[in-house]
Amino acid sequence: MSLSRRVDMRIAVLCSQIRVEEKLIFQAFERRGVTAERLDPRTQAFRLDDPGTPYDVVLDRSIRYGHSLYVLHVLESRGVRCINRAAVVATCGDKALTSLALWRAGVPTPPTVLAFTPESALAAIEALGYPAVVKPVVGSWGRLVARVNDRDAAEAVLEDRATLGDWHHQVFYVQAYVPKPGRDIRAFVVGDEPICAIYRTSEHWITNTARGGRASRCPVEGPIGDLAVRAARAVGGGVLAVDIVEAPDGRLFVLEVNHAMEFRNSIEPTGVDIPGCIVDYVLRVARGEVP
Amino acid sequence: MTALCPECEGVVRLTDDVMEGEIVPCADCGTELEVLSVNPLRLGPAPEVQEDWGE
Repeated sequence: MSLSRRVDMRIAVLCSQIRVEEKLIFQAFERRGVTAERLDPRTQAFRLDDPGTPYDVVLDRSIRYGHSLYVLHVLESRGVRCINRAAVVATCGDKALTSLALWRAGVPTPPTVLAFTPESALAAIEALGYPAVVKPVVGSWGRLVARVNDRDAAEAVLEDRATLGDWHHQVFYVQAYVPKPGRDIRAFVVGDEPICAIYRTSEHWITNTARGGRASRCPVEGPIGDLAVRAARAVGGGVLAVDIVEAPDGRLFVLEVNHAMEFRNSIEPTGVDIPGCIVDYVLRVARGEVP
Repeated sequence: MTALCPECEGVVRLTDDVMEGEIVPCADCGTELEVLSVNPLRLGPAPEVQEDWGE
């Protein structure tokens, strides 16, 4: 009996543009003899009172947070099992909600303040101490993330944000800066398993591989993997990538949890078939083996 | 398979398993292109990065 018959579920991948990651995921489905359709939000319109759906399980790989969030909500309202769940995407896509979820679960994360005017944000930065980091609550790839080293820089950054216009730039997310050792850690969690991790090393304090950070293998056994799983559970679990920094005293802090992570630069250094792990998890969900 | 880059008209080489929606760079001008259709093969400039894009 082929795997596709044993799965006997209609599976789709929610995505618009196909990056290297999505291509590897489709290939992993194909290698397992499973047909996964492509659900492109750009070509769809969803009647909210229509209960029908051609899918049982949908893997979200959309590059757009906004598209993902609403499509997953619609699909879940129709009984589709989504990976990740809409609530998980809502939490991970918003740094403030992520920090709250981590804090509620007792997962160590740097001191963080939310403020809603440049004046109150400046006061928050001064209270946290310099350097501090100002981040947009929505956004990725390190865009518009600013480390402010003194009051002049803080005033400039806050004024810039205040004039950007979009409402979410008026939500000032201010975090204590952890002086990391020229690197941070990205740990990949699938279900309850930390499958691998990389160090992202950079001369620049922003270490995203999308911004030039170099990836190398990080041992995921022990405290790093344990912390990553705790962080993943804190936001609701699924297929997630947890960003961790090491403080000079050795303590680990979780910065954020990513819900549709890129992994092209992590396969080679870790030797782990990340797309294969993701697809195997989707199939376990489809077979009802994951609650 | 090959197609012309809509930006610089350079030749873009694509693998046989190319997918609709795939993002491919033009080796000549570096523009990111989206595969608009596979049959017939059509390329267009990939959308600009939006504020909510990312992993």
